[in-house]
Amino acid sequence: MSAGTLRSLASSGQRALQDISHPLSAEESALSRSPDVLNPSSAGERDLILANGTPVDTSSPASSSSLLNRLQLDDDLDGETRDLFVTVDDPKKHVSTMETYITYRVCTKTTRTEFDLPEYSVRRRYQDFDWLRNKLEESQPTHLIPPLPEKFVVKGVVDRFSEEFVETRRKALDKFLKRVADHPVLSFNEQFNAFLSAKDLNKRQGMALLTKMGESVKYVTGGYKLRARPVEFAAMGEYLDVFTLKLGTIDRIAQRIIKEQSEFLMELREYGPVYSSWSSFEEDLHDPLEGVSGCVSNCSSALEELTEDMSEDFLPVLREYVLYIESMKNVLKKRDQVQAEYETKLEAVVFREDKKTPVSSDVEKCQDRVECFNADLKADWDRWQNNKRQDFRQLLTGMADRNIQYYEKCLAAWESLIPLLQDKQDTKGETN
Amino acid sequence: MADSGSEDIAVIGNTDLTPSESENNLKNTMVEKGTNLLKMMEISVAEAEKRTGKNAVNMQETYTVYLIETRPVDAASEGTNPVPDSLWRRYSEFELLRNYLLVTYPFLVVPPLPEKRAEFVWHKLSADNMDPDFVERRRVGLENFLLRVASHPDLSSDNIFYSFLTEENGWKETVFETGFQAKADSRLKALNATFRVKNPDKRFAEMKHYGDELQSVISQLLRVRARAADRLYGVYKVHGNYGRVFSEWSAIEKEMGDGLQSAGHHMDAYAASVDDILEEEEHYADQLKEYLFYADALRAVCRKHELTQYELEMATMDLTSKKQQREELATGMIRTFSLKGMTSKLFGQETPEQREAKLKMLETQIEEGKEMVKERNAECEEFVKSAWVDIERFKEQKDHDLREALISYAIMQISMCKKGIQVWNNAKECFSKM
Repeated sequence: MSAGTLRSLASSGQRALQDISHPLSAEESALSRSPDVLNPSSAGERDLILANGTPVDTSSPASSSSLLNRLQLDDDLDGETRDLFVTVDDPKKHVSTMETYITYRVCTKTTRTEFDLPEYSVRRRYQDFDWLRNKLEESQPTHLIPPLPEKFVVKGVVDRFSEEFVETRRKALDKFLKRVADHPVLSFNEQFNAFLSAKDLNKRQGMALLTKMGESVKYVTGGYKLRARPVEFAAMGEYLDVFTLKLGTIDRIAQRIIKEQSEFLMELREYGPVYSSWSSFEEDLHDPLEGVSGCVSNCSSALEELTEDMSEDFLPVLREYVLYIESMKNVLKKRDQVQAEYETKLEAVVFREDKKTPVSSDVEKCQDRVECFNADLKADWDRWQNNKRQDFRQLLTGMADRNIQYYEKCLAAWESLIPLLQDKQDTKGETN
Repeated sequence: MADSGSEDIAVIGNTDLTPSESENNLKNTMVEKGTNLLKMMEISVAEAEKRTGKNAVNMQETYTVYLIETRPVDAASEGTNPVPDSLWRRYSEFELLRNYLLVTYPFLVVPPLPEKRAEFVWHKLSADNMDPDFVERRRVGLENFLLRVASHPDLSSDNIFYSFLTEENGWKETVFETGFQAKADSRLKALNATFRVKNPDKRFAEMKHYGDELQSVISQLLRVRARAADRLYGVYKVHGNYGRVFSEWSAIEKEMGDGLQSAGHHMDAYAASVDDILEEEEHYADQLKEYLFYADALRAVCRKHELTQYELEMATMDLTSKKQQREELATGMIRTFSLKGMTSKLFGQETPEQREAKLKMLETQIEEGKEMVKERNAECEEFVKSAWVDIERFKEQKDHDLREALISYAIMQISMCKKGIQVWNNAKECFSKM
């Protein structure tokens, strides 16, 4: 069951035209409000309730997206509720006559019946991930697809095959697959399944599916102008704009700190050895001075580690979120498109004299699309917010941890030096 | 410091002395058994003030004066706490005192003055002599200088030093009356001239070399340390930017807002903490600087010894040549080539009367020469004896002081690390509540 690809669009059933509020009316929010199927009493009047008054069958896959999204909102990594585990590891370099590239091992463990086997281990390269992401975007246009690490390495200085670069990429790819695997709709995608399980990824598979897409693809086509974004989604857009700015600032600050620390490190690397050369022509002070030199050297190493960690772990995650935000903004725009199309068509119909059925069914399809999209988007937004909160909590806590570790290493070095310095003190000396 | 009432010194008239500074003073000054002056009186440089006045070329100038306070040791222990005697001196007067001591006791390692101009600064400190931080550190340095002189077994009993501390008016005249400047001038000329000693004293040569190396290495250390301090300042301050951005970010967040906001405050605190850290490190730099200048004083003693040695050698050589001349004259044998010899060959030898006269003169000169050699020899021996005693004393003092300086530096670093751990733990707690 890949609920994503061939989704039936009439999730909310038939609605009488008169029940639909005019897009320009103040009641606009009712259209975009996500169906709260768990609390039908608190739900809006016109949400997933058929015109004849019966509630929507919540078990139908079409509406599963919103329902499941609600159910699996907390990502508390409760192993019992998860039945799909994916990891990316073991990067290897492949050299062929045509090119050199890196492949990663993708391991899957699952109990899902959609998979033939409980375990898989395949090798994939970045291209394959990129293909997968494109497929997901095409087939799940109403959903937020997690970002991939940058495709092209802009800075010519960076070595594509260096350990640090490969490791940073591996982590990002691992995150990408985990996010897809955790998504209640995306994880059931056919291409995702193939990506995880097929020995050889037949990328042309995607082409055939394209023709089966049908109406789904039309989401992307635009040309309709939206009068106003609903408050809810406008708020999301504003949030994303500000958030992008703040992330950019944090990125710049982190980079600046790394730079200052690197320059401080350079001075330390010169500072320590001076004590050493001093000790070479002292007698009594020889050991204390050597000790200080060694201490400074230890602190230098600790600082180097801190700077490297921040470069490799902190910055990439920040940048990944910027990409994530871009994806989210695009999804918001697509949603606007769908709503715009619906409103335009609705307007055309409303002002028409004769109400022909084919036209109204087209409008109803649009309305369904809008509602589906809104529901999916809101569910994804909530999930995204939750993940973001966890991700940043982890990221910032990690930053704090690394700094603590740095200071603890330095502290240990200096503390162990004190007895050495105080050694050979005569009775006339005072100790602290 | 002297054993009694050492803390009181820090308190006289100056409440601005921080605990770390008084500790610093304590650590800088060596306690020597049998220090004369310091056992009798307490000395401090309590304050600094700006003055304006006409200088030697009748132009207006602004300068700083320092208040020297003295008090008999017993007074404090009696509990009466009388007002200390005090007078104002400016830096140039300290310089004059030191120059006098240098000339009068060339065999002693004379304690150095704090630097005239701020060197090895990192960007935050201004190199301006009028800068209050610089003036304050100079005040501490001048006090340290006085305490070092007062605790020196020989220097502390010098009268000029005593009157420097106690007689405000007319002190300069008294110094000039000693005529030390004449000695200074001639000595200075000799020191500047290049001369080679035939048999250099190995110990002094080694000491001079040590002085060179010490000066070089401490200069390097101070330079690199200043650069490192500059960088460290940058690292800490940039973290303050996190404070601002976290605050702005928290405004658009619901549950994450509080955690972010409070974490931001800790980042601000972290950024602010660097000022104190670097302030403390300046004390360490000052301790190093003192020994940088001490190295110079040590080298000066070695050079003066060389001079003494050289003068002895000159006198000896002179005596030898005079003796030789006498011998030649007496025996008529010309051993060495001399113009006299040549001319006498060419123009005939002198008359017996002339020779007699010459011989007599030579005898006198030889006697004088012998005296001179004896004198110079005694000078040299005396110099070597006294100098070496002081050099040994200096070595011990240096080892002790620098070891203490390194210990307090390590303690500073430990304190800095602990503060860092605390701040980041606080921030971590806030992050975990996000």
